[in-house]
Amino acid sequence: MSGAAQIVFEGVGHSYVPPRGRRVQALLDISLQIAHGEFMALLGPSGCGKSTLLYLLGGFVRLTQGAILVDGRPVSGPGPDRGVVFQSFALFPWKTVRQNIRYGLERLGLPRAEQEERAQHFIDMVHLTGFENSYPSQLSGGMRQRVAIARTLAVRPAILLMDEPFGALDAQTREIMHEELLAIMRAQRMTTLFVTHDVREAVYLADRVAVMSARPGRIKEVVPIALGERTGPEVMKSPAFADYVEQLWNLVKTEAAQAVAGSR
Amino acid sequence: MRNIAGGVLRWLPLLLLAAAWEAAPRLGLVSPSLLPPFSRALAAFWQLARDGDLFLNAAQSLWRLAAGLALAVVGGIGLGALMAWYRPVDIVAAPLVRSLYPMPKSALIPVLLLWFGLGDASKIALIFLGCLLPVLMSTYNGVRGVEITLIWSARSLGRSPLAVLFGIALPAAMPDILAGLRTALALSFVLLVSSEFLMAKDGLGYLISFLGDGGAYPAMFATVLAVALLGFAADRAFLLLTRRMLAWRG
Repeated sequence: MSGAAQIVFEGVGHSYVPPRGRRVQALLDISLQIAHGEFMALLGPSGCGKSTLLYLLGGFVRLTQGAILVDGRPVSGPGPDRGVVFQSFALFPWKTVRQNIRYGLERLGLPRAEQEERAQHFIDMVHLTGFENSYPSQLSGGMRQRVAIARTLAVRPAILLMDEPFGALDAQTREIMHEELLAIMRAQRMTTLFVTHDVREAVYLADRVAVMSARPGRIKEVVPIALGERTGPEVMKSPAFADYVEQLWNLVKTEAAQAVAGSR
Repeated sequence: MRNIAGGVLRWLPLLLLAAAWEAAPRLGLVSPSLLPPFSRALAAFWQLARDGDLFLNAAQSLWRLAAGLALAVVGGIGLGALMAWYRPVDIVAAPLVRSLYPMPKSALIPVLLLWFGLGDASKIALIFLGCLLPVLMSTYNGVRGVEITLIWSARSLGRSPLAVLFGIALPAAMPDILAGLRTALALSFVLLVSSEFLMAKDGLGYLISFLGDGGAYPAMFATVLAVALLGFAADRAFLLLTRRMLAWRG
């Protein structure tokens, strides 16, 4: 992917003081650029701070060290230009599928009919037609995450932040969701930061994979993935795919071992 | 068939209690002047209802209850939510709340009598003060306990912090808030009746103490029964409301 960087991390660090204990440096000197329309995966062992980096870009956690620029402007709080999908779905449980998706549309000042139309478009897009009036508690995990994706996409963010979005799903559902996400991306290209600890997932979805080190989290290496257009899961059987997985796995493995040792 | 059997089973303990209440004074196990038989209390209930005394006093009590509770609900949810949402409000209000919470609110009865006299205001103020903190605490804890990703999602969908508080955090905290309201409802009856014993010229609590002082024990027990029935009905109605409001939990 070429083009100007839309997201720039410059020397970003993050530290915090746990309730009892000494200051912990979670992220250290992170510099990273994500181009317009690029799909960047952030790969690393658990506890390396990759979700924190996403929260900083989302504006949920206050930045104290370094700078994060989106379209040249520093991030100051959450905004509808950066849509988020969480591992825990984060649906509003007292709202139906339709009400969840309409929540973000209500403030756009659209006429009611247009809101309904757009909500329906996104419900159809994630294959939830017929479940408009269901509550989240009545849906499976995969369906819930589809609602969350539709809710986020419905406000048409330029940037999509995904925090291990398929981590709570079973393997089969996860594969289906991969295909759906790729189909959505083909239709509506968004600059994406996708946090995961799943090497195969990162290789399959991303244009580039940034590998993070164990705490304090740093960018260890950024690996461009050149597999051509993803046309289906057959790509995963190609030798090139296996090579990427092995390369990234080797990078992550040492860090994961360190993270485990560090947590003892 | 099973439903009928279940219904009988559920009410059986109450029927047994009524039977014991009837039998104990009649068999001379307790003095009938201390505990008149259940049937005599029922007859007195009927008499009080026919004279209108029961309804007039019940209406007076329920009005105080409703007014005090309404104020406590509005104030408790409002202040609790603001404390949970805005740190400066929390810093100012938390020490006050924490020190006033354990204080028995019935200790205020003489003070409120002095300030507000024997009318409705003293009872309404007592119920308000007694129920405010349980509602406030449950709202505070409920809002604080809302899953952070719900808040973040709403914020990143373009909503302002205040809009997220009312549109997302409070509805998400509703299970906790309703649990606090149920506590407040039960407490409001306690405060109502005990304050009417001590500072009132009408109301069910006043009627109980008036009848007791006059030696009209069957009528006194009848009024106690009326209070118990009202409390039970209010709790049932509240549970129904809760079930409807939380239907989304599935």
